[in-house]
Amino acid sequence: MLAAPAVELRGITKRFPGVVANHDIDITVRSGTVHAIVGENGAGKSTLMNTLFGMHRPDEGTIAINGEQVVFGSPADAIARGVGMVHQHFQLADNLTVTENIVLGMEPTSRFGVLAMRTAQDRIVKLGRQYGLEVDPEALVEDLGVGDRQRVEILKVLYRGARILILDEPTAVLVPQEVAELFDALRELKEQGLTVIFISHKLDEVLTVADDVTVIRGGTTVAAVDPRTTTARQLAELMVGSELPSPATRDSTVTDTPVLRVEGLGLTGKDDRQLLSDITFTIHAGEVLGIAGVEGNGQAELVETIMGMRTAAGGTVVLGDDDMTGWTTRRRREAGIGYIPEDRSRHGLLLDAPLWENRMLGHQTQPPNVKGILIDASGAKADTRRIVAAYDVRTPSIDVTAAALSGGNQQKLIVGREMSGEPRLLIAAHPTRGVDVGAQAAIWDLLRDARAKGLAVLLVSADLDELIGLSDTLRVILRGRLVASADPAHVTPEELGSAMTGAGDES
Amino acid sequence: MSEVVAMTRRGLATRSTRPFVLLGLVLVVFSLVRVVTGAQELTSAGTLQAAIALSIPLGMAGLGGLWSERAGVVNIGLEGMMIMGTWGAGWAGSTWGPWQGLAVGVAFGAIGGLMHAIATVTFGVDHIVSGVAINLLGLGITQFLAVQVLHNPTQSGEIPSMGTFTVPLLPGWMQSIGAHQWFLVSDLANVIFAIVDHPAYFTIMAVALLPITYFVLWRTAFGLRLRSCGEAPYAAETLGVNVYKYKYLAVLASGALAGFGGAFLAIWSGFYHDGQTQGYGFIGLAAMIFGNWRPAGLAVGAGLFGYTNGLQLRSPPAVHALLLVLVIALAAYSAWLLYKRRWVPGVISGIFTALVLLWFLKTNELEQHIVSATPYVTTLLVLSLASQRLRPPAADGLVYRRGGGR
Amino acid sequence: MIRRIGLALAAPALALAFALAVTSAILAGTGHPPLEAFGWMWDYGTKPDSIALTINLATGYYLAAIAVAIGFRMNLFNIGVDGQYRLAALVAAGVAGAIHLAPILTVAITIVVAMLVGALWAAIAAVLKVKRGVSEVISTIMLNYIANAVIGYLLVPGRLGVNVQGSQGVGTKVIPPSGRVPGFSLVGGSQTQVYGLVVLAILVGVGYWFLLGKTRFGFDLRATGRSESAAIASGVNVRRMVVISLLISGGVAGLIGIPNLLGESYSYSQNFPAGIGFVGISVALLGRNNPVGIAFGALLWAFLDNARQILDLYQVSKEIVTIMQATAVLSVVVAYEVVRRYNNNRHQREVARSLEKLKSGTVPA
Repeated sequence: MLAAPAVELRGITKRFPGVVANHDIDITVRSGTVHAIVGENGAGKSTLMNTLFGMHRPDEGTIAINGEQVVFGSPADAIARGVGMVHQHFQLADNLTVTENIVLGMEPTSRFGVLAMRTAQDRIVKLGRQYGLEVDPEALVEDLGVGDRQRVEILKVLYRGARILILDEPTAVLVPQEVAELFDALRELKEQGLTVIFISHKLDEVLTVADDVTVIRGGTTVAAVDPRTTTARQLAELMVGSELPSPATRDSTVTDTPVLRVEGLGLTGKDDRQLLSDITFTIHAGEVLGIAGVEGNGQAELVETIMGMRTAAGGTVVLGDDDMTGWTTRRRREAGIGYIPEDRSRHGLLLDAPLWENRMLGHQTQPPNVKGILIDASGAKADTRRIVAAYDVRTPSIDVTAAALSGGNQQKLIVGREMSGEPRLLIAAHPTRGVDVGAQAAIWDLLRDARAKGLAVLLVSADLDELIGLSDTLRVILRGRLVASADPAHVTPEELGSAMTGAGDES
Repeated sequence: MSEVVAMTRRGLATRSTRPFVLLGLVLVVFSLVRVVTGAQELTSAGTLQAAIALSIPLGMAGLGGLWSERAGVVNIGLEGMMIMGTWGAGWAGSTWGPWQGLAVGVAFGAIGGLMHAIATVTFGVDHIVSGVAINLLGLGITQFLAVQVLHNPTQSGEIPSMGTFTVPLLPGWMQSIGAHQWFLVSDLANVIFAIVDHPAYFTIMAVALLPITYFVLWRTAFGLRLRSCGEAPYAAETLGVNVYKYKYLAVLASGALAGFGGAFLAIWSGFYHDGQTQGYGFIGLAAMIFGNWRPAGLAVGAGLFGYTNGLQLRSPPAVHALLLVLVIALAAYSAWLLYKRRWVPGVISGIFTALVLLWFLKTNELEQHIVSATPYVTTLLVLSLASQRLRPPAADGLVYRRGGGR
Repeated sequence: MIRRIGLALAAPALALAFALAVTSAILAGTGHPPLEAFGWMWDYGTKPDSIALTINLATGYYLAAIAVAIGFRMNLFNIGVDGQYRLAALVAAGVAGAIHLAPILTVAITIVVAMLVGALWAAIAAVLKVKRGVSEVISTIMLNYIANAVIGYLLVPGRLGVNVQGSQGVGTKVIPPSGRVPGFSLVGGSQTQVYGLVVLAILVGVGYWFLLGKTRFGFDLRATGRSESAAIASGVNVRRMVVISLLISGGVAGLIGIPNLLGESYSYSQNFPAGIGFVGISVALLGRNNPVGIAFGALLWAFLDNARQILDLYQVSKEIVTIMQATAVLSVVVAYEVVRRYNNNRHQREVARSLEKLKSGTVPA
């Protein structure tokens, strides 16, 4: 081990208006290893990786690649130095083929710029064989599954001759088999002398695949540990600091009054694909029902069907005594459903509109926002001020646009909005995704309050600790079916994880 | 995996032969209707030549739209760019000659494209809004220039003819075969005659631009990068593609092609006149959508429009015979629906077929106004049947800003 | 507040200044003194008769722009306003010429018929969009051409047309006095009367402001325009909104020709003013979909259209005004975009600054 470290970060600090995203980061990545960087949502992992990939410049600190100090002005500079990045959100053109996606920007050409497709395909097939990342080079990307798409992303980076790969949360969208395949590929890459930087907050995965682990908390590096001598528990404590987010109140507030009864709910998608089948559950007043599952197994569809945004193929949805199966979204909301959507900016906010108009969104038929068929602007504004104060939304005024707020403050506004108007049922999809740690704790408190007030809460989350900590009942969704249930008082994240993959037979 | 490969290969094989089969079928149907109704103009060489001439300007506009939209910029300003092309060609053509006219017309169109690019790419203005403004601007500039430069607000002086390409022997043979009015054979002869009978040089150029576009956009690195800007600009950005540059080039090319279409109109007519484009820019855009943002489809769309327009201009009575073509097409569609066991739409379509048939049988001619609406109604009908299968570029019409994908 | 109004006015002011500059440069370049040309236009355009004409012209422009703006607020481009209003004016003229009822009733029926026809013509585009996924941009353009054909079909003797006395043209039957709306003299010393139905345009403007800004329906419509996905999640039935807003847009479009029809021409003929629908698009853009802004835009546009006539007298080609109008539209949309970006950045900076203050504890939370 005399070779210079593949990547050496020293004292990296990056500020954004109003926030210090990273400060005093120190990381050393040994060449030919899989190096994991773990940390909670909002801990600053993605900012750091964007710095390393040249998407922005650090305000302070130095980057050295293979012992040589570098300054990256753009991703192109990083690529030229052999650094490649696989983004969490795939950057692929659906309507182009695998080959086209991979070679774009570095096309092999014969004379007059004519694409040498054969050459490109041969090279891609060869690369695929070499690293165990085989994909049909002629297929359209839109026809590929998630796992294949990720292979394309990695091939894109390898095709450009990268020797250092950054993978940002690569497993978030994968099913377990795909995770296993990905890990095989990562080991293969390592065998052949490449360096992999692997960003994650899933500790079991990290311990499985990583040679070194760096922990980031609150925007800075807090520890560098050896995975062979560290337990998941220890890692978790390092990630969140001294206090683990312990599932505080275990006093049951669950009552006998059913609020939401879902029976035999089914949903059919394009090409008659079964997206949901035979979903049945009941949530009582004061109960939090958590839905666990690997992303893409029907969670989003379930929530949108209950909200009436998709039309169910069968089954009933009953709120209190009202069968609302055939109701519109609006009528469901008026009947007392609060909805914290998974994708804030797409479904929860009008980014160009002022906060007080966002206060009305989804409640534009209810007081204090309206009087009869007219908008009550003063009522809505007054209530927005109340929410801003009560839910600690950090904003200079209620007239700024929603786009100006940080993710956490946007989310607090949404939670405040959805909690007003006396809802009976609250649907929270990934309520703390992409928010900073402070806001995360605040939102958890708000959900606990809701439960204490006697609301029925449907919680969908990819964060197992969040699910276990907040839920009274847990159900596991797999390929559009509820396949298992668990008692959050006893279940461990590991057990839940295996149920999510269909491996365990828990009841 | 191998199964998938095999499937796509098979799909490609049928895809490459299907258009010819379809074209053959269309010819058979038209020939049949011509023989049955006696409406010789339906496939006469004159009609077909008019159809070609009328297809080209809007085909060029559509091609302009294709370049621009493949790079993700909706270009509804084609009409304005085309107007600039007609004027440029009229002015330069009447002053110096047809070739100079063509060059200046293309350049004027490109100037329109440049303005659209500045507004949409640099300033991020809504593409349709900018296009509407460009249309207005194109009209204003040309009207002003007409008065200032041509000293005539409505038309230019004469543009000399561009010259034609002479094919030996073949046209004569085809003409004599066509004159016999044999079933299918004569129709085919007329088609060939219409193509080979002294085509003008710029007609050949215009037709050649279709395969050239296909080649450049689908077979070169440049084209791949350009298309990637219309499909996933932020992905392209991460791979070092300069999205702004390709969008600019695409919209410039778009304007130049629209200008070509305009120049064609002016040179073909022998002079520029106010209102010469007649909305061909818009119809070209519709033809492009009809053609699913592809050159071959676009050519079919433009041809369809050019044909119905040419037929109604040359021989309004023959449009009546088109009703029978419509009946046959509808009957086939109904049969296909019923075969697919889609009973309700099938029956509705069947009833509709019967009504059109009744209309055909009960009337001897169509009123001029209905005839003049045929191309537009056809476009609308086709779009309403095909829109759901269309596949526009994924980022078409979206404003792109560097670094805005995060 | 003042700052916000200032910013809102900055964009159109900048754009107009730019348009004037471009026009001046062109005028100067072609050997005409720009300031004098503007002076002639101003003198001519502010004569009492011109002012009355400007207001009359602006009435149609205003209605057209409102019709377009209703769509714009929902991200719908109703380019078919032109066909909608001409068809509506024709049918309304036919009806008004044929009925003989009490004056007010006739006018009311005419107006309702015009709105219905406009709405129906727009409904075709709405249905095609909602049911078949056809972009309204293309379908409304096609429908404009088809409207031409329908108008030609209807406007022949024996259908809605009659031969006009003293000319070879065909028009609808002249509307009897009971179906007309008298004008009034707004401007002293003017021979030209202002349309009585200017009132209709004002009412439509107020209605637009009220419907979009003050009602639940308006909120739904604006929310859909800003983010369709968020609107769906908030309970808006987007398909229904598309249909309703296009119907309203078409209904308003139907009114465009009515002030002229009932106040001046009394008959629809081939001479009836055309192209107002396209002017409406430009005016809506100039006025930023704001009812007051559109009023200024419509008056400005109409003023320019009137005042340009004088330029011929001085051997300046009046088409220069079209260039000015087009430049103004293009630069105004650019200017609005620039101001919007500036505003967004300003908001983000404000938020950041107040957060820093919160942290340092100078402002109570």
